[in-house]
Amino acid sequence: MAAMLRSVGVASASFPLADHSNKLSTFSVCSLPVIRSERSPISDPIRGTRMTGKVITKAVAAQAENAASAASKPGHELLLFEALREGLEEEMDRDPRVCVMGEDVGHYGGSYKVTKGLADKYGDLRVLDTPIAENSFTGMAVGAAMTGLRPIVEGMNMGFLLLAFNQISDNCGMLHYTSGGQFTIPTVIRGPGGVGRQLGAEHSQRLESYFQSIPGIQMVACSTPYNAKGLMKAAIRSENPVVLFEHVLLYNLKERIPDEEYVLSLEEAEMVRPGEHVTILTYSRMRYHVMQAAKTLVNKGYDPEVIDIRSLKPFDLYTIGNSVKKTHRVIIVEECMRTGGIGASLTAAINENFHDYLDAPIVCLSSQDVPTPYAGTLEEWTVVQPAQIVAAVEQICQ
Amino acid sequence: MALHFSKYLKQKMGYLGMINLRSWSCCFYQKQPYLSRRFESFKADKQLGSLHNGGDPQVMNFPGGIVKFTPELKFLSDTPEERIHCYRVLDDSGQPVSSNFVQIDKDIAVKMYKDMVTLQTMDTIFYDAQRQGRISFYVTAIGEEAINIGSAAALGMDDLVFPQYREAGVLLWRGFTLQDFANQCFGNKGDNGKGRQMPAHYGSNKHNYITIASTVATQIPHAVGAAYSLKMDGREACTITYFGDGGTSTGDFHAGLNFAAVMEAPVILFCRNNGWAISTPVSDQFRSDGIVVRGQAYGVRSIRVDGNDALAVFTAVHVARKMAISECRPVLIEALTYRAGHHSTSDDSSKYRPIEEIEWWRATQDPVARFRKWLEGQGWWTTPSEIELRDHARREVLHAIQVAETVEKPSLKEIFTDVYDVPPSNLCDQEKSLRKTVERHPQDYPHFLF
Repeated sequence: MAAMLRSVGVASASFPLADHSNKLSTFSVCSLPVIRSERSPISDPIRGTRMTGKVITKAVAAQAENAASAASKPGHELLLFEALREGLEEEMDRDPRVCVMGEDVGHYGGSYKVTKGLADKYGDLRVLDTPIAENSFTGMAVGAAMTGLRPIVEGMNMGFLLLAFNQISDNCGMLHYTSGGQFTIPTVIRGPGGVGRQLGAEHSQRLESYFQSIPGIQMVACSTPYNAKGLMKAAIRSENPVVLFEHVLLYNLKERIPDEEYVLSLEEAEMVRPGEHVTILTYSRMRYHVMQAAKTLVNKGYDPEVIDIRSLKPFDLYTIGNSVKKTHRVIIVEECMRTGGIGASLTAAINENFHDYLDAPIVCLSSQDVPTPYAGTLEEWTVVQPAQIVAAVEQICQ
Repeated sequence: MALHFSKYLKQKMGYLGMINLRSWSCCFYQKQPYLSRRFESFKADKQLGSLHNGGDPQVMNFPGGIVKFTPELKFLSDTPEERIHCYRVLDDSGQPVSSNFVQIDKDIAVKMYKDMVTLQTMDTIFYDAQRQGRISFYVTAIGEEAINIGSAAALGMDDLVFPQYREAGVLLWRGFTLQDFANQCFGNKGDNGKGRQMPAHYGSNKHNYITIASTVATQIPHAVGAAYSLKMDGREACTITYFGDGGTSTGDFHAGLNFAAVMEAPVILFCRNNGWAISTPVSDQFRSDGIVVRGQAYGVRSIRVDGNDALAVFTAVHVARKMAISECRPVLIEALTYRAGHHSTSDDSSKYRPIEEIEWWRATQDPVARFRKWLEGQGWWTTPSEIELRDHARREVLHAIQVAETVEKPSLKEIFTDVYDVPPSNLCDQEKSLRKTVERHPQDYPHFLF
């Protein structure tokens, strides 16, 4: 996993942060360790044999070639949930108005350990355990934000925030506007979402498609420890309500991130792998499926450009546009459902703005329009798999 | 419960000494970073010794506390024999029937009365303006003037108000002018809401009155959250939120009360039980004895007051506020009253309730008339003053409407501002597109300006 992250080009910490192109210049395909993309089984001691192509949630130890260089690189290694916590802690240190509220965030440290240790450090009021009423503690956050605090609402699972839809849509998104700008609502609403490993239909929701219409909120999705920390900090500092989408399966990704402080832009996309033949737009967990497919494609002679759009609302049409103008072919790979997903909106936006630059219709690979089934094999094929991405690229590049 | 309350009333300032040491009190707040401020209750894992009952077979230390056993099979009654008593100070003819109330001096009393009359006048004339088609919508607070002004007068300017929509009087008391009200109803350039909300959905951060949203009872968790914020800051202030009998059926009411109790938030939860939620009478809304009994269910101190008695409302809010701030706890006040007007201008309540009932309440239970009688009894008000006040109020309201009607509407660019702190690119594009359309077809947009 560390190797895969390294290939993504964000691992090295020694480059100046704003200059992403510098980072990518060190990236070269040849130094990639070989990971077979055919479906040879990997044996998992807990669950038995499973297919490759899945993101391995347990962080794999770094390979030998990296061990020597790891010691000399600055920065520190941590897992994604730790990166989120680090960002959160830095902001709570910096600004005494920042507070967290949610179920089991206090003493328990959060269901995914993002707030672990914070209640001991900052006290029960700044890391507040709430009763089970999502609509109401989101409402509480709205009220607290209007009065000067900067609350972060943690949904134990993003799907539970469907109960908070009224407060998010009608109050969080609206009150700044309807009050004529008199009251601001600088909240962050975050939590894990997406299809996990057999968590059942209700715990596998992708709320970005439901929330995308709400005027007044911003949405971002993190995918690496580096951008998780940066986006968390940016979201807390933003004056607008921000929904930060994390993914259940990405919490244990390991990466080396800079020691020095950094904040990322909420409206920028991330260039994961520059290329010439086709633009692949993706976000969150699908980024890893795309990168998996990219290895196969590279072996087959294709040169895909992979962009992690990160900002789901608004889209970074500048970065996306530049890419479309270069490659003239677009594939969107997302975990949302086909109908009304982020991909659907993105397809419309690209068609409207960059129609003249397209040589082929946009291909949007999304999850099936079904509730996520429990059985492992069924669940696996409701989301987009690398094989499908490879096939789509081959098709579009004909 | 009445006994408990009267203890407070007897020593008006005495209850400040009654800080509940078991709960975290904001009076002891220190702004020290990284200091672990833990509730005492979270040391439960260190109290393993108390798991054993000391051999007493009559009690059990269940999670939540010690409970006594009983061999009796007894269900708690669903309805009490008697409804919870209602605190009142003035009788129907304005005579004091209680000695337990907070004394107010002449200036406050006269301002209260003037604002009640102004509110009544404003409501009547704005309602008619809607009927004439001059504004699109209006809600009146007819019959609830005492609740509006009585509660407002007992609060401080630092206390944050989270209203439902029948509390314009609170804003009036705080200094919102008739012109401000008119501007909001007409949605013109003078509206501090920039024409974004429906008429009567006022809001003013200057007056600590949070902008009204049409969603029912969503303001209750907001008030709890804001109270939590005040508590974290150690401020000498509380929040107050108003809602009707109908609003207590919502999920937000339940969770708001529960949260307020668990978080020990300094919030006053003020229920205006006026008997009707549009056409739903309270008998179809709930089967409990009103709202006051629900307080105990959540562990919240509560009281029932006569909502048509301005002095009773004033006293209850005054004492509740002291409790909320000094003891860092929520207080629930149920004010019994009657919605003497229609739900709004979109409603004709004679369709679902007898006109005689409406007229009886208006004629005999008018809170404004009752307070006036008391004022006159005090020697603080006369008939000539009455005539002058009503005349003045009427002229002022009419003038405000006339002016508001002529002020132009906000510019079209205000469609796109304040959605975010800075308009993002997609909104900028949409504004440009709209501008082009307006410029291309000016004859279709004669009154729209950019």
